Amino acid sequence: MTVFNAKVTVRLKNGVLDPQGKAIEGALGSLGFAGVEQVRQGKTFDIRLEADSKQSAEDQLGAMCEKLLANTVVEDYSVEFSTS
Amino acid sequence: MQVSIVQFPGSNRDRDMIAAIRKVGGVEPNLVWHTDTELPASDLVILPGGFSHGDYLRSGAIAARAPIMDAVSKAAHAGTRVLGVCNGFQILVEAGLLPGALMRNSALTFVCREVQLEAVNTDNPFTERYSKGEVIRCPVAHHDGNYFADADTLARIEGEGQVAFRYASGTNPNGSINDIAGIFNDAGNVLGMMPHPENLIEAAHSGSDGRRLFEGAMNLLQADAA
Repeated sequence: MTVFNAKVTVRLKNGVLDPQGKAIEGALGSLGFAGVEQVRQGKTFDIRLEADSKQSAEDQLGAMCEKLLANTVVEDYSVEFSTS
Repeated sequence: MQVSIVQFPGSNRDRDMIAAIRKVGGVEPNLVWHTDTELPASDLVILPGGFSHGDYLRSGAIAARAPIMDAVSKAAHAGTRVLGVCNGFQILVEAGLLPGALMRNSALTFVCREVQLEAVNTDNPFTERYSKGEVIRCPVAHHDGNYFADADTLARIEGEGQVAFRYASGTNPNGSINDIAGIFNDAGNVLGMMPHPENLIEAAHSGSDGRRLFEGAMNLLQADAA
């Protein structure tokens, strides 16, 4: 068994209005960051996971996203591994 | 007639529901804890409002995976009436028992006020005591009531008469798509709504527009049983 460190990112799908992102976008603009074209707010989950293989870890993380971490009606997710 | 009310950690409108069922239906509801795995025999199952699990992750997300929800899902698929109000509605969409999602209010603020609701589909036990197009009063109190569904889903629920209530013109408190305040599942036995009909059932509430929803759901059950 190996321990994997995964970073799961969940964010609203493109095309789904993100009012929090919009509010932050406006706030950045009012702070003078004139180049900000768009902000989308999401969440990250740092997950340490023991698994037989990287494939197994990926499969489990995908299932976690589908079952709980993301609401796939409105959210997309991605998984990346840092040091394993 | 048996009514069950499911309580989650953080439910806070369960007592309001108990009072509504007692006062409108004259029956004592069964209280069911979220870790239970079986429901008592029920003709109506209610998921009340509140902030289950502190709204952590997403409102209703963790409660939707509670042990009792398998039994709620089974009952819903078997045709038992299920009512989810506010957080209960959020739990029903997170559990996949109703389509779409409930997102952060478009103005980002918690809204706690009275709105006006239009009864859209009254060809259902939950809503049949209202006339089609009737506008009623109802309070709302939520942060995540902004109903969203993708274009195909929205076309389907509009086309199939699954919209139960809309916020009347000019009173949409949360930016929900098509002013949707409450929806049925495709079979019509599951209703989720953000407004709180249980908080407008008697003179002490300054009105009773919510009462007929419970009368419909409960009296028809008596007729069915007779």
